[in-house]
Amino acid sequence: MAEPFQTFTSRMIPLPAENVDTDQIVPARYLKVTDKDGLAEALFHDWRFAEDGRTKDPPFVLDRPEMADRRILLAGDNFGSGSSREHAPWALVAWGIRAILSTGFADIFRSNALKNGLLPITVEPGRHRQLFELSSADPNAELTVELDSQVVHLPGDEDLPFEVDPFAKVMLLAGTDELGYLLGRLADIDAWDASHPARIDTRLGTPA
Amino acid sequence: MGTGPRTLFEKIWDEHVVAEEPGAPAVLAVDLHLVHEVTSPQAFTGLRQRGLRVRRPERTVATADHSVPTHSRSLPILDQMAANQVGQLTANCGEFGIPLHGLGSPNQGIVHVIGPELGLTQPGMTIVCGDSHTSTHGAFGALAFGIGTSEVEMVLATQCLLQRRPLTYEVRVDGRVSPGVSAKDIILALIARIGVSGGNGHVFEYTGEAIGALTMEQRLTICNMSIEAGGRAGLIAPDDTTFEYLHGRRHAPQGGAWDEALARWRLLPTDPGARYDRTVTIDASQLEPMVTYGTNPGMGIPISGRIPDPETATDPGQRRALAHALEYMDLRPGEPILGRKVDVVFIGSCTNGRISDLRQAASVLRDRRVADGVRVMVVPGSEEVKKQADREGLGEIFRAAGAEWREAGCSMCIAMNGDQLTPGQYAISTSNRNFEGRQGKGGRSFLASPLTAAASALTGVVTDPRTLPGIDVPSVMGVG
Repeated sequence: MAEPFQTFTSRMIPLPAENVDTDQIVPARYLKVTDKDGLAEALFHDWRFAEDGRTKDPPFVLDRPEMADRRILLAGDNFGSGSSREHAPWALVAWGIRAILSTGFADIFRSNALKNGLLPITVEPGRHRQLFELSSADPNAELTVELDSQVVHLPGDEDLPFEVDPFAKVMLLAGTDELGYLLGRLADIDAWDASHPARIDTRLGTPA
Repeated sequence: MGTGPRTLFEKIWDEHVVAEEPGAPAVLAVDLHLVHEVTSPQAFTGLRQRGLRVRRPERTVATADHSVPTHSRSLPILDQMAANQVGQLTANCGEFGIPLHGLGSPNQGIVHVIGPELGLTQPGMTIVCGDSHTSTHGAFGALAFGIGTSEVEMVLATQCLLQRRPLTYEVRVDGRVSPGVSAKDIILALIARIGVSGGNGHVFEYTGEAIGALTMEQRLTICNMSIEAGGRAGLIAPDDTTFEYLHGRRHAPQGGAWDEALARWRLLPTDPGARYDRTVTIDASQLEPMVTYGTNPGMGIPISGRIPDPETATDPGQRRALAHALEYMDLRPGEPILGRKVDVVFIGSCTNGRISDLRQAASVLRDRRVADGVRVMVVPGSEEVKKQADREGLGEIFRAAGAEWREAGCSMCIAMNGDQLTPGQYAISTSNRNFEGRQGKGGRSFLASPLTAAASALTGVVTDPRTLPGIDVPSVMGVG
C-alpha cells in the first residue's frame, strides 16, 4: 500500500524518448523476483549499464549526479507501452519517482502507476514541448505537483492544470487501495454471483 | 444501459457490471482468471498479509510459462530464481486451491494457448490475466484484457475488478488476403497504420470479410497483438468458426448446456446500427507479408518496402524515435528490408505458437535445410501443440531441416528463461515485440509471420515466402 500522496517540489529528469516501453523500464530478466524489493537497480537497466556491468559513459540521465534526488520524470510521448508488469511502477517508485509528465500513457501502465502512488500527468503537446524547453534552458527549474488542486506549479507563477481520475485521486490522497473498496462491495458481488451461474469450473479434469 | 443497438463489447460489459457508484469505476465481474508464475507471487503475498482467501478458485487456473526452460522436461530448472518462482506458483496454487497445469503436466503451455485449447475461453466471458497478451482470448468474442499484479490480487480476493468503461474502435478488414499473407500480416499492417498508441483507451472489434474468413487460430493471432496498438482488448464476434472450434473441448458446455450456450452466444454479435467511437478500414487484398524494422511493433513495412527516412517524419517526436530505432537496429534509411541477414529464427509464442502456425512453418521447411550458421528455434505454444505436431510428423520435419524442436513456453519471445539473442544478433521472430533487448540484451528483432520466418530460415536473410522456388505458399483460409 502506498503512502498518502503529498504535494512536493522537485526538479525534472528529462527523458526525451518516445514510446518508452516497460521492457526498457524493467528488462524482463528482472521479473524473476517474487517480491517488490531491489527493483531500483533494474530501473532502465540496459540504458544505464554497459555490457561489462559498468555505468555507461556518458551516463544515462538517471545516473547523472545532479539527478539523484529528482522525483519528476519528463518523458517523451506515450510512456509505458508494452507489458502489464507492475514491476515498472514498482521500480520507478523505488528509485524515488513520484510523477511522470508525458503527452500520454499506455492504459495498463497508467492503471498500475496509480495503484502505487505514482502520478501519471498527461500534458498537451504544446505544453509538453515547453516543458522540455524549460528543462534545457533551466535544468534546475523547480516544479510543484499539487494533486489536491490538480495543478503543476511552474517557475514564474505559471500553472499547469491536469486531469486525473476522481476515484484514483481519492485513493492517492488517502494512500489507500482499491481492494479495500472492492471488499466493501461484497454484498453486491454475492448478489451478482447468485443471479449469474458460473460458466466454467476450472477444476474439471485437473488435479487441484 | 440503453435498449438501443449495442456493440459486442457493450453487451459483455453491461452483463458484467456488478455495481457502479457515481464517481467510482464499475465493479466488473470476472468469469475466468488466468494466472502465471511471473505476475502472481506478490499478489498471493498480499492475500496472505490481509488474511484473505481466493474467492473463486474454480474460476481461476494457473500454468508456468514465462520463466520455464524449453529444454527437455527431464532436466531440472538450473536458474535458481526461475526455479524459485515456479516453485512458489506451485505452493501458492496448492495453498489456495487453484488448479495448476504446471511443468510436466500434459496441459502445460503458454497461458494464452492453453485457455482456448482447453475450451476455457468462451464467448461472452470476461477474462483477465496478469499479462498484456490476454487480449488474445477476444478472438472468441470474450472481453479479455491484461492487468497488473495489484489487480491480480483484487481478482483473486473478490473475482472482480474496478474498471472505467473503455471506448470502442472498429477495425474493419475488407476483402481477402492473398496466398502467403496471414493474420500476422494483417495485424502488423494495422499497428503500422495507427501506431503503438493508436488504440489507447479503446477496445478493438475486428470486423469485415477478411476476419470472418479467418480460422480460429488466425483470429487469435490478430487479437493477441491488439495490445501492441495500445488497445485495451480486441474482440471478434463469435460465429460458426468459433463454435466448431469450441465444440467437444474439455471445458466447453456439453449436451443440453451446449445448446443453451449456443443460443446465448448467437445474441452476442454487434447489432445493426450500433455505433463505435472510432473506425479504421484496411483492405486485406492490398496487403503483402509485413516485417518490422524498428524497435516497436508499429515500425513495420511491407516486405518489398524500404527502411523509412527519419527526415521525412513530420512530427519531431516521430523523427527522434525513428532515428533512435535505426541506430539501435543498425539500419540505414532507404535500404530494402529483403535480404537483411538474420542470425536466429524464432517460431513460437502466444502470437504464433499454435498448431496451424507450426504447419505453415513446416510447409516451408519440409525436405529442406536451414541456412548454414542460422540458429532456428521452433517452440510449441503448449505441450498439447507439441504432441499434435509430433503426431503429424512436424517435429521430425523441423529436426530434419536442422531446427531445434523445443518444449512449450514463452521462450525467446521474452527471453527470461535463457533462450535469448546475444548482443548485436538479428532475429526474425514470429513473436509480438521487437522492443530493444526484448529477445536478449542488445538483440535486434524483425517481427514477421511463420511463413516469412520459415522462408528466412532457409536463406539466412529476410525472405518473401511467396518468392521461394518450389514452394506453394498456403492460403491462411485453407490451413486449419
